[in-house]
Amino acid sequence: MGTFIQQLINGLTVGGVYALIALGYTMVYGVLRLINFAHGDLCILGAFIGLTVLTGGLGGGHPGAALLALAFIAAIIAIAIAGVLLEIIAYRPLRRADRLAAVVSALGASMLIENGIMLIWGPDVHVFPPDLLPKTSWRVAGAAISFTQLMIILISCALMAALYGFVNHTRFGTAIRAAAIDQDAARLMGINVNRVIGSVFVIGPALGAVGGLFIGVYYREAYFTMGWTYGLSAFIAAILGGIGNIPGAMLGGVLLGLFNAFAAGYVSSSWQDAITFLLLIAILILRPTGLLGERVAEKV
Amino acid sequence: MSALLSIRGLSVAYGQIEALKNASLEVGQGEVVAILGANGAGKTTLMRAISGLAPKRAGSIHWEGREITRLAADKIVRLGIAQAPEGRRVFGTLTVAENLELGGYTRPAREVRAGLEEVYRLFPRLAERRRQLAGTLSGGEQQMLAIGRALLARPRLLLLDEPSLGLAPLIVQGIFANLKEIAAGGITILLVEQNARAALRLADRGYVLEVGRVVMSDSAAALLASPEIRDAYLGRGAGARG
Repeated sequence: MGTFIQQLINGLTVGGVYALIALGYTMVYGVLRLINFAHGDLCILGAFIGLTVLTGGLGGGHPGAALLALAFIAAIIAIAIAGVLLEIIAYRPLRRADRLAAVVSALGASMLIENGIMLIWGPDVHVFPPDLLPKTSWRVAGAAISFTQLMIILISCALMAALYGFVNHTRFGTAIRAAAIDQDAARLMGINVNRVIGSVFVIGPALGAVGGLFIGVYYREAYFTMGWTYGLSAFIAAILGGIGNIPGAMLGGVLLGLFNAFAAGYVSSSWQDAITFLLLIAILILRPTGLLGERVAEKV
Repeated sequence: MSALLSIRGLSVAYGQIEALKNASLEVGQGEVVAILGANGAGKTTLMRAISGLAPKRAGSIHWEGREITRLAADKIVRLGIAQAPEGRRVFGTLTVAENLELGGYTRPAREVRAGLEEVYRLFPRLAERRRQLAGTLSGGEQQMLAIGRALLARPRLLLLDEPSLGLAPLIVQGIFANLKEIAAGGITILLVEQNARAALRLADRGYVLEVGRVVMSDSAAALLASPEIRDAYLGRGAGARG
């Protein structure tokens, strides 16, 4: 029982992070039908920026809540700006081009960001300061939940709830959903579709920056190829939930996190990735549209 | 009659294919104008061009004397031109109410609430189904939704592209009765139709498009009586029934 609860806590932590990153893939896919392969790298760029703020402002002492908040805010702002630039430079000129061209551009952007990180921060693994967060942990039904885990779970849930509310219950959120369904029809409603696409490249990367920095804080490390590793998992989470579907990305992220944790806990952590891919293959065979994808049959 | 919308020498091409060639037409304040033509005559292209969705090769479009030829689609809606497009294009995975609210995207919330009530009065079926996903509506209901959605933009010119497409005759009658009511409310209508008879009965004037060119324009009554129109668009024996 203790192991079960422990893996549940571990899974929810990682799942929350996957979900935050998966939302960026799914929202961009929703409006542009494009996999933004550079998304994972953007998220990890966020982790590096956060790390730089933390180590720069630390000066040997305890970081404190203010510095930690500053690191998150700096990462969010920087990555949101990077996301908008990415769209303008790498994707907008190819809006009407062949789909393959945009995919190649996405892969190119991914490599550019990854190598850019290596150029600035070097190829070594960066270790996050040990006393970044309180060492407090609580015992829950024979398992332990650390301060870091609780923080990640709570903030991930809060951000997802906020996004869900925004997308489903505001005028602009409805416009985002409309543009994802039919861009020309959305234009006929007076929706500026360019602004919708721009907003998706702000929201996705901003959430991803939080996810990336969570990864850094949780595993206490950052390295330049990390975007590929975690980006791929989050991408699988997005497909699992049904790519293009926002609640799907949330569900897919949490399920994948739980699945990973239980695989690591009950089978072996060295088999974790293999089991993840088995899950992906099973989903693609049994339900290619993902768990929540394309549920509604539309009359033509 | 002052021209509300005036189109001069408009040409639209998709790659090598010229869908609209040097087309000119005018729509006056308060008029109902029908555009007739066979499949591929350029009717939908014309509508898309007015709404800013089709790239223009030549010519101009003026709205109340102001040139809007290259204006972005969302800005054109703000000027008072709304469209219920061909194939209805409702947002299938959004509810009926959400679709209508999107129609009023450019209007303040207070106007949207008033507009919703008006549309629900005009189309009581939509009021019954306001919580339902638009994709689950019947074809006729989706057409009502497309028209209602366009009305929520509070347009002064309503563009309707094939509102009768794929609908049963009885439903078409109902839709045209609704259109008559909308026109009587003072909204100018530019209507594209293959159902020429229904369109001309509603319209004040009409234009005929053939392979991208305007080949005829006259009052609706004259077009209904014209032998060429009768043969080409109203079907033989139309006079006997009509």
